[in-house]
Amino acid sequence: MYKFAITLLAFCAGFSIMSFELLGGRMLAPYFGSSVYVWGSIITVFMLALSIGYLCGGRLSLYQPSLKKFAAIFMTAAIALLPSIFYSQVIFEFVFQIIEDPRYGSLLAASCVFLVPSVVMGMIAPYSVRLLTVCAQSSGQTAGFLYFVSTLGSAIGTIMTSFYLVLWLEVNQILWLTFSILFTAGLLALLIDQINVKQQQTDFNAPTAQQN
Amino acid sequence: MKLNKLLFATLSLLLPTSISPLVNAQEIEKSRSIYRNVVITENNKIRCMRFETRRKKVSNQACMDINAPDRIVFEYAQGTLAGFAHNPTPKRVLILGLGGGTLSNVINQISPKTEVTSVDIDPVVVKMAKKYFAYQESPKVKTEIKDARVYVKRALLNKQQFDWIILDAFNGDYIPEHLMTQEFLQEIKALLSDNGLVTANTFSTSELYDYESATYHSVFGKLYQFKAPTKGNRLIFACNCDEFNFNLTQPDILQTKLEKYQVDWQKITRYITDKIDWDTNSEVLTDQYSPANLLNR
Repeated sequence: MYKFAITLLAFCAGFSIMSFELLGGRMLAPYFGSSVYVWGSIITVFMLALSIGYLCGGRLSLYQPSLKKFAAIFMTAAIALLPSIFYSQVIFEFVFQIIEDPRYGSLLAASCVFLVPSVVMGMIAPYSVRLLTVCAQSSGQTAGFLYFVSTLGSAIGTIMTSFYLVLWLEVNQILWLTFSILFTAGLLALLIDQINVKQQQTDFNAPTAQQN
Repeated sequence: MKLNKLLFATLSLLLPTSISPLVNAQEIEKSRSIYRNVVITENNKIRCMRFETRRKKVSNQACMDINAPDRIVFEYAQGTLAGFAHNPTPKRVLILGLGGGTLSNVINQISPKTEVTSVDIDPVVVKMAKKYFAYQESPKVKTEIKDARVYVKRALLNKQQFDWIILDAFNGDYIPEHLMTQEFLQEIKALLSDNGLVTANTFSTSELYDYESATYHSVFGKLYQFKAPTKGNRLIFACNCDEFNFNLTQPDILQTKLEKYQVDWQKITRYITDKIDWDTNSEVLTDQYSPANLLNR
């Protein structure tokens, strides 16, 4: 149950990040076009954000890792997504006015709007590795499995967004959907945490019972 | 340079099947581009520019008759000239999507005082237009290498105005979706002078037809359309005015010149109509919702 939940959450994070990245292209196009360098900017910002996120997530996992903190990352990611819904147009408009070169314009605009949420989303993967790792010997396998799940989530997030979601929904509606996925994932982590606490209490009362 | 051409020609003679297995045209030059490689072909004395593709269906960006370089090959390009009926002496014309530069050349020849600015995203297209399609720049004829949307937004900031805007960025396989939305057309409208005209070369088939027509209608109101008789293009004519009444009498400025381009005024105007033939309840394309490529299947 615990393992399945963490796996599902890692999948959701992978899904959200690529869905968000694809929408990034749509959001920037009215201001900076859809030239190859606009996509270059977006991918650069997301890769940079993920690399920072991995670093921070790994760091954070050193200090008393818990499902509560894991849930907090998801909810922070969801909340960090809100400015892209409400303020992206104003920000893009402003950057468009101050920077004439669409390469640096799109790079700065993408950094302003996409960097923070994707850094937070990037923290999820290493943190989930920490939560699932039981011993050093199997840590590689655990990490490999989580990469598998979250990257699969990314693949599905990409194809769903580009093939279907943009046909069914508006960009902001898809962003709200991503927000809901992340927020629900956070709630789910809290719920699992509660169940775990109860389980541990019963385990404490009946010391012979098996863990997990 | 000549040697190069000769080499290309010899090579293509030697390997006619491997170089162009799908089309019957001889490849003259292929130029690398950050977007899609640009290919110049010749077939039966018709020289064309297209983007490199492995697909069977090839769509040419521009064509020229080598024996009669002034002849306007594409029907839609002939139809575009009807815009002169609305205003025979536009001061400033903006062409979004250069192709071979045919429209720019023709507009400049018909009305030499008109300032013509063409915008294309790909510098290679501009280079090829100059080399193979006699596209000429001058103090009155300028080219900007930019994304059309970016150009339009910037031009609005700089308070520019145009009397005629020609949208010709849609004849490839991929549709730039941000050039089809209501917001973009509102920007185009804002860039037009009073009574300014927009002419858009767009799609006449697929599900996109209704969406696109509804979007233009939502911004400009009354539309006129030119349906190319044999090819799948259609042109939309719309105006930054209250009541668009497209007067299709042949303007004096064109009386003597159309023969040179082998354009029959009666013929092209016969295909222009203000009939509403799209689903008026169709949704409108916006920056939030613009799945143009998914609708154009």
